[in-house]
Amino acid sequence: MSVVVATSLADAVAALAAQPHSTVLAGGTDVMVDLNAHHAQLEHVVLVNRVPELCTWRFADGWLEIGAGVTWAQVQRELSRWVPALAEAARTVGSPQIRHAATIGGNLGTCSPAGDGLPVLAALDAVVHLVSSAGERALPVGEFMVGPKRTALRAGELITRVVVPVTTGFQGYAKVGVRNAMVIAVASAALVVDEGTVRLALGSVGPTVLRCPQAEQFATDHLSTGMSDAEVARFAELARDAARPIDDHRATAAYRRHAVGVLAARLMQRAITRGRAS
Amino acid sequence: MLHVNGEAFEVRDAAVGESLLFVLRERLGLMGTKGACEQGECGSCTVLIDEQLVCSCLVLAAGAQRQRITTIEGIATETPTDVQRALVDAGAVQCGFCTPGLVVAAHSLLERSPRPSESEIREELSGNVCRCTGYGRIIDAVQRVAVSRASAREVGL
Ligand SMILES: Cc1cc2nc3c(=O)[nH]c(=O)nc-3n(C[C@H](O)[C@H](O)[C@H](O)COP(=O)(O)OP(=O)(O)OC[C@H]3O[C@@H](n4cnc5c(N)ncnc54)[C@H](O)[C@@H]3O)c2cc1C
Ligand code: FES
Ligand code: FES
Repeated sequence: MSVVVATSLADAVAALAAQPHSTVLAGGTDVMVDLNAHHAQLEHVVLVNRVPELCTWRFADGWLEIGAGVTWAQVQRELSRWVPALAEAARTVGSPQIRHAATIGGNLGTCSPAGDGLPVLAALDAVVHLVSSAGERALPVGEFMVGPKRTALRAGELITRVVVPVTTGFQGYAKVGVRNAMVIAVASAALVVDEGTVRLALGSVGPTVLRCPQAEQFATDHLSTGMSDAEVARFAELARDAARPIDDHRATAAYRRHAVGVLAARLMQRAITRGRAS
Repeated sequence: MLHVNGEAFEVRDAAVGESLLFVLRERLGLMGTKGACEQGECGSCTVLIDEQLVCSCLVLAAGAQRQRITTIEGIATETPTDVQRALVDAGAVQCGFCTPGLVVAAHSLLERSPRPSESEIREELSGNVCRCTGYGRIIDAVQRVAVSRASAREVGL
């Protein structure tokens, strides 16, 4: 076994080129759990949480570029002004101990259907930037997430950053779990209103995060005139229809479908209230 | 080379895949840091790395070289700290297994936020599970420390 502690992006890319089947380790909050439970064995490790280029974020020309190594604690503390829904999601990730280590890149790398950052990134139409010794490429987050715990990452490839637009309309994230703190989402939803266009993404109710084209179209058509309660209910129904939940040890499919509709309606009510206030 | 509580330790024979928790306890003999779940859930293994509160069970020891690691032994040296005393006074220590992790977390919280509200304390200590006390007394203790530190500051101590 070997461990490379990369201290620059070039180092990390070179280490991955030398051992393309290395495990990339960022905060370790997913990888180490598997290792401790003997579900995984580490052969070669490239540690990337001390690569300065990955641990920073910057705002430029209406876009926010978030380094893959930015932790959820940083997102919660520093980014609420730019991406309030992502900061809301960050606040719900694990505990302070977890948030200080866990990164946005690791959330993408794991690609759990319950990953709290992922519905927000999907609703923001985020773009994931990747690099390897073969060069750089960028993928819409919807194409990056291939399935449950499956991504478009190739061997030897590194996530460098995720780029999201800074929008001015309402955005919010909501999650249901069995308790308030330290809980994996049983259902979650992110709503973004961007220049009158509504985007909705659902978590934990499908093999990966789901967008809801019909609900989005319906809301985009009706939001400008202020939505009635019946229209909000219809929006929630379209969200429920978009869900593809399963039964598991955390919840039944029926409960998940119900809950995700409640979350969609709740977020829409908040958006409407915000719209009236401004 | 690991830097723990201001001391440098050569960790030669550590298997590369070991967690920091394992190395602290089994190789460096620092038994104050506890381990239970090894899944990041319980917080009994809480330490500071470069002043950040983390679970040592989720840190790869080989990756923590050249970082500043602070364990409970580095916070509570000879005499008990104000947090420890307050935990005892408030009756917030029963079996004591969660206490070291909690003391590290409480010190870190009070450093970042000297006058935390109750909900802030609950949120900030949500990564530390206690099976005995029901948390009420722990929250009391943290509030007591916040108050006594504030009055100490006022009288210029
Ligand atoms: C107790 C506990 C509670 C948790 N609660 C939540 C929760 O509430 N919500 C939630 O969403 N998650 C939760 N998680 C899961 C985890 O914390 C998150 O998924 C986190 O974002 C993972 O980030 P990391 O940096 O720790 O990832 P790591 O464990 O370091 O890596 C995860 C995966 O991503 C890959 N990877 C990481 N960085 C890169 C990169 N730059 N390029 C390519 N691949 C990369 C790794 O190879 C690995 O496959 C919890 C975990 C624990 C232990
Ligand atoms: S042993 Fe690390 S959190 Fe439980
Ligand atoms: S005192 Fe026993 S676990 Fe907290």
